[in-house]
Amino acid sequence: MTSATDRMPRLLALVPYLLARPGIRIEDAARDFDVSPKQLRRDLELLWMCGLPGYGPGDLIDLSFEGDTVTVTFDAGMNRPLRLTGGEATALLVALRALAETPGVLDTDAVRRAIAKIESAAGQAQPSGVVVGLGVREGEQTARTRQVVREALHARRALRIRYYTASRDEITERTVDPMRLLIVQAFGYLEAWCRRAEGVRLFRLDRIDDLALLGEPAVPPPEARPTDLSDGVFTARPDQPVAELVLEPDARWVAEYYPCEELGELDDGRLRVRMRYGDESWMIRLVLGLGGEARVEGPAELADAVRRRAADALARAGNLPSILGQ
Amino acid sequence: MSTARAERLVNLVLALLSTRQYLTADRIRGIVPGYAEAASDEAFSRMFERDKTELRELGIPLEIGRNSAFDAVEGYRIARRDYELGDIELAPDEAAAVGLAVRLWDSPELTGQAHGALVKLRAAGVEVDHTATPAVESRVRTEPAFSPLLAAAQNRQAVRFDYRRSGSAERLTRTVEPWGVVSWRARWYVVGHDRDRRAPRCFRLSRVIGEVRTVGAPGEIQRPENVNLLEFVAGSDRSEPTPVATARLWIADRRAARVRRHARLVGRLTVDGIDGDLAELELYHPESAANWIAGHGPDVLVLEPDVLAKAVHERLHAIAHEEVRAR
Repeated sequence: MTSATDRMPRLLALVPYLLARPGIRIEDAARDFDVSPKQLRRDLELLWMCGLPGYGPGDLIDLSFEGDTVTVTFDAGMNRPLRLTGGEATALLVALRALAETPGVLDTDAVRRAIAKIESAAGQAQPSGVVVGLGVREGEQTARTRQVVREALHARRALRIRYYTASRDEITERTVDPMRLLIVQAFGYLEAWCRRAEGVRLFRLDRIDDLALLGEPAVPPPEARPTDLSDGVFTARPDQPVAELVLEPDARWVAEYYPCEELGELDDGRLRVRMRYGDESWMIRLVLGLGGEARVEGPAELADAVRRRAADALARAGNLPSILGQ
Repeated sequence: MSTARAERLVNLVLALLSTRQYLTADRIRGIVPGYAEAASDEAFSRMFERDKTELRELGIPLEIGRNSAFDAVEGYRIARRDYELGDIELAPDEAAAVGLAVRLWDSPELTGQAHGALVKLRAAGVEVDHTATPAVESRVRTEPAFSPLLAAAQNRQAVRFDYRRSGSAERLTRTVEPWGVVSWRARWYVVGHDRDRRAPRCFRLSRVIGEVRTVGAPGEIQRPENVNLLEFVAGSDRSEPTPVATARLWIADRRAARVRRHARLVGRLTVDGIDGDLAELELYHPESAANWIAGHGPDVLVLEPDVLAKAVHERLHAIAHEEVRAR
């Protein structure tokens, strides 16, 4: 927030901000406004030149500097911040409503109290035209899992989990050191240091089949860094193999759900995409499950493997003992 | 913005806040430092117009009026009650919620707006700690169409946009009277009256292609009273789904963990010389179950019900023979 257009809102907020905090360190104020201490000093110098008509010594905004702190001694009538604009009220209140509708993030009672107070202070700038519904898909079992995960985070204790890894279609037992709870695209995730994988992993809460709080403390090693989620939870790496698929209209959701590079629209509503995948068996399951609604154009080995799996399945189903009614 | 202009604007705000009388443009030119630099009436006029626009964009309410019926021209002032943010005090847990809320958006525009609100709340004396990393992180994803559609709903103005239906490449231009923007399970929708269909419709924002254009003037559309926007998107029934049937499956040993997670093992069976378990599985959505069972290929076979076995067979047959399944 250092661009020129943000300076006026900051200048108008600074005097009331300082009035509420006499003797605040300039460095601390700068951090709250997200600017450098140097920029904040420039702002203060500017305000010092402003005041009421007459512009004599008693009319100008007055500040007293002591060491690296500052105090407002005359505010020239600028003692309250400007009300929220419609855009500001909307951005803040909709985000708060989203938090209130996302179980497990915060005490939703505190969120609702904050909403009521801000709505009342914002007055006429109340947003309308936005409704925020439930933010998370969560069944009863997942809600219980989330409670235990929250407890572990709060008590800083390690967890033993039984986890289903969708990419490899396997269930494993792991001991993890919890770091954060994340809500991304309607799913809750536990971010933790996995002692088995010796790395930071995201565990989708609805894929934790069982979990137990351990007596030992959670100690993620210093190299455990939070995951960068700016591109979502699916991280395609350049060293991963690439599949080229043609999606029939009914399978177009794949391109909305997974990170895909759209190569072009074909006739009849079909879409050609390029998609990276970590595990070949996962990709085979995806394509088999699309049941002919997606055709593998490449690599040829993937296309062969998919066809072979389908043919094997048909042959085996044909060999089911007849007494079973097949 | 130049320092001189910022200084002039702050002085203008202070002058208009401190006056009860309406100040005419001429009077403002005479008293507020900075305007004296204007070389001509025309230059002043341009400067003053630009400054008024700037104040309005900042959300500062300018009152325009005359002090008496004898005044020839209108003047300006700022009513303090319209300018000032109301009193607000937040408890620490409420302030923590605000701190998290401003980090929720993934769009720079909305993050900037939320941050603007935070600056003002802090100036009102609210302490919001932003250095602490919260134990819970949440993100709200928006789409480019979010801001223009929300603005249109708030301004009660119709919109026109190109829309791609689910499972189709066809783009249709839709003209909609937006009633509101709705978030449901991390997806955004706009709900409103579809002028082409002459019926209420909801549209997923991620399927809006290109720009959202406004149609007609603000205030033109009527939003029906007592309409539950969320119900249009989420449906009125939000109870947990109940199973529609029970399937009997064969699962090869040590395979198909995804199916095993939800299944109940009821016996053993060898097929093709491969050992495996007999299992029962509650079916909630048979069509989607057919998809993920087919995904496991020869590792999972369906014994019952017949309709599920056929659905899986059709899928695998289409792949083995490279045909598109008949629908």
